[in-house]
Amino acid sequence: MTATSAVIARDHPNDPLLRSDRFPHILCPGCGIGTVIHCYVEAMAASGVPLDNHVCVSGIGCSGRAAGYVNVDSYHTAHGRAIPFALGIAIHKPELRVTVISGDGDLTAIGGNHFIHAARRNMNLTVVCINNFNYGMTGGQAGPTSPRGSITSTAPKGVHDRPFNLPDLARAAGASFVARWTILHVRQLRDAILRGLQKPGFSFIEALSPCPTNFGRANDLGDGMAEMEVYRQRCRIVQELPGFDELDIDFVDEERPIAVGNFVDIDRHPYQPVGADAFDNVPNGTQRVHHPVGEE
Amino acid sequence: MSDAPQREQRVLSGTHFMLGDHACAEGALAGGVDYFGGYPITPSTEIAERLARRLPAVGGKYVQMEDELGSIMSILGASAAGARSLTATSGPGFSLMMESIGLAAMMELPCVIVDVQRASPSTGLPTMVGQSDILQARWGSHGDYGMAAFSPASPQECFDLTVHALNVADQYRIPVFLMMDEVVAHMTERVVIPPADEVPLVHRKRPDHKPGAQRHLPYAVGEDGVPAMAHAGEGYKVHMTGLTHDERGYPALTPATHNALVNRLVDKVRHNAQHIMRYDEFELDDAETVVIAFGCTSRSARQAVRQARQRGAKCGLLRLVSVWPFPEQRIRELLQRGTVRRFVVPEVNLGQLRREVERLTQLPVQRINHAGGAMPTPADILEVLL
Ligand SMILES: Cc1ncc(C[n+]2csc(CCOP(=O)(O)OP(=O)(O)O)c2C)c(N)n1
Ligand code: SF4
Ligand SMILES: [Mg+2]
Repeated sequence: MTATSAVIARDHPNDPLLRSDRFPHILCPGCGIGTVIHCYVEAMAASGVPLDNHVCVSGIGCSGRAAGYVNVDSYHTAHGRAIPFALGIAIHKPELRVTVISGDGDLTAIGGNHFIHAARRNMNLTVVCINNFNYGMTGGQAGPTSPRGSITSTAPKGVHDRPFNLPDLARAAGASFVARWTILHVRQLRDAILRGLQKPGFSFIEALSPCPTNFGRANDLGDGMAEMEVYRQRCRIVQELPGFDELDIDFVDEERPIAVGNFVDIDRHPYQPVGADAFDNVPNGTQRVHHPVGEE
Repeated sequence: MSDAPQREQRVLSGTHFMLGDHACAEGALAGGVDYFGGYPITPSTEIAERLARRLPAVGGKYVQMEDELGSIMSILGASAAGARSLTATSGPGFSLMMESIGLAAMMELPCVIVDVQRASPSTGLPTMVGQSDILQARWGSHGDYGMAAFSPASPQECFDLTVHALNVADQYRIPVFLMMDEVVAHMTERVVIPPADEVPLVHRKRPDHKPGAQRHLPYAVGEDGVPAMAHAGEGYKVHMTGLTHDERGYPALTPATHNALVNRLVDKVRHNAQHIMRYDEFELDDAETVVIAFGCTSRSARQAVRQARQRGAKCGLLRLVSVWPFPEQRIRELLQRGTVRRFVVPEVNLGQLRREVERLTQLPVQRINHAGGAMPTPADILEVLL
């Protein structure tokens, strides 16, 4: 190790927020996932919530490795099941701020049902979806966010199916806060996660992110920096949730803008578990039929 | 839960005339369940319905999840945060839970899964009895792992064994199954619930150091092979993963770590089998024919043994209260006596438990099976015993 790298490693202000004993990490050069983790830990530090009250839950995938690198109670669960696991924590300990960080496939293909139901309940969760338009970990197969026409290892002639528009899906399902940024928009992404951490109810933040190893290579997007340049040129910040088609992402049509922004920020009743005052203690029809034990 | 008036409300001490499913729900309450996540399915629904009313009233939480994939994962999350947690389902839902049961075993998150068995496979006969998930309980998730399964034969045992299942899950940090069946679930009988302070409660082992004082190793173990459990939100900065991991909970993807970890997960149960296991014996002393049965079928078996004895047949019953661990040692002891001539295994499946008995003996193992919807009657068993 050179003297310079030793100084950087010792002094980085985010070190206490990361499990630096796990570095080097497994992510590829140019991958966007590290940037999302960075935005999350900065939002966590800025949230005013004590670090011991933050919990991070992930599913499976490259994005799912996020939970392994953050220095708070963290759980790397099963593919698609991060949200219900997080829900169990959030319900048992409502004082905790539980954040789910996972991939597009994990949260919206295999885990799609949990996603819409947690939004419907307006569960106190911040869900960060790292959308790299494919299944990175398994080698770049098509998923529910792969744009039509994009090339993947399971769609060699271009993806045929229509993709999800995740912000639209989250809003329709009942989320209180919905944003989309890219990893180029580091400050906005951090602030959106921070807003999510501070807002009661279900917050959803989509983070568009390069996967240069798989999606980037297959679609001639170049390395991570080159894909960031695409974001820089084509992203348009909008204030309101755009129409369904305007949310589409298309890497082939170079004229087409990519809509980003904090689209939805509304106050809806956050999830409240049924309280102690809701019912009589003993249901009808369960009266004791004999004497209490001991008197018999 | 520690709060005394609440404890009184939780435990409906007294003598009741109670449905098996309701007795299970009361066992959950008396056993200290903090969280129930479930999805309705016959013949387990009455458990959820009762807990939906009763649990919030005593400070617990009830959530009706979107499916069983969610139910099981929500109870695992709650368990990670310190809750005693339980879910209830039947075959189709039990199948959906399988992947996450392996996660519970791997992360060592205590949990109880109630499976009220109905006639299967697939949708089968939803309202009628089955006992055909018994091998699935043992082997259903991919890989080797430790677990325990109990099978109540009466509403009273639905209560008692739910409490016991919660204790075993916490003590060994394993998934525990309560393998009920439709007959027992929908049977109403006398249930005696003891005074609150007489309900035995065993809790998971907790770290013996304060957070921050020293580095917490979530998977460091002593002689018993069971790690102390720190919960989310306590400041220990726990990490858990379903990947093969080291003492820190960090992925350690080597065959040697994997071999040691999986062996420990299995040995936690294997080495403590004598403490976890339960069975009872009826007329076994001089028995030449040993009937081995569990759940509803053991009721027919007991009646058949009684009738056969009256007619001079030397037979007895080994009733499995825990199906897993299986009382291998006890069966070996019976065989060493030299008096046993044969085994008879009645069950509402096509011979799942019979295989387990055959593994232990060269003697004939006669089966009495029904695929589901009806159970062997005392007459069916008596015919084989005489
Ligand atoms: C039940 C199950 N099915 C399939 C897999 C294999 N698998 C692992 S990660 C993954 C996809 C991950 O994609 P995504 O969530 O988008 O994350 P990324 O790797 O792109 O960050 C799949 C299919 C699995 N682990 N479990
Ligand atoms: S495969 Fe793609 S998503 Fe996974 S680490 Fe590499 S670049 Fe990132
Ligand atoms: Mg992906």
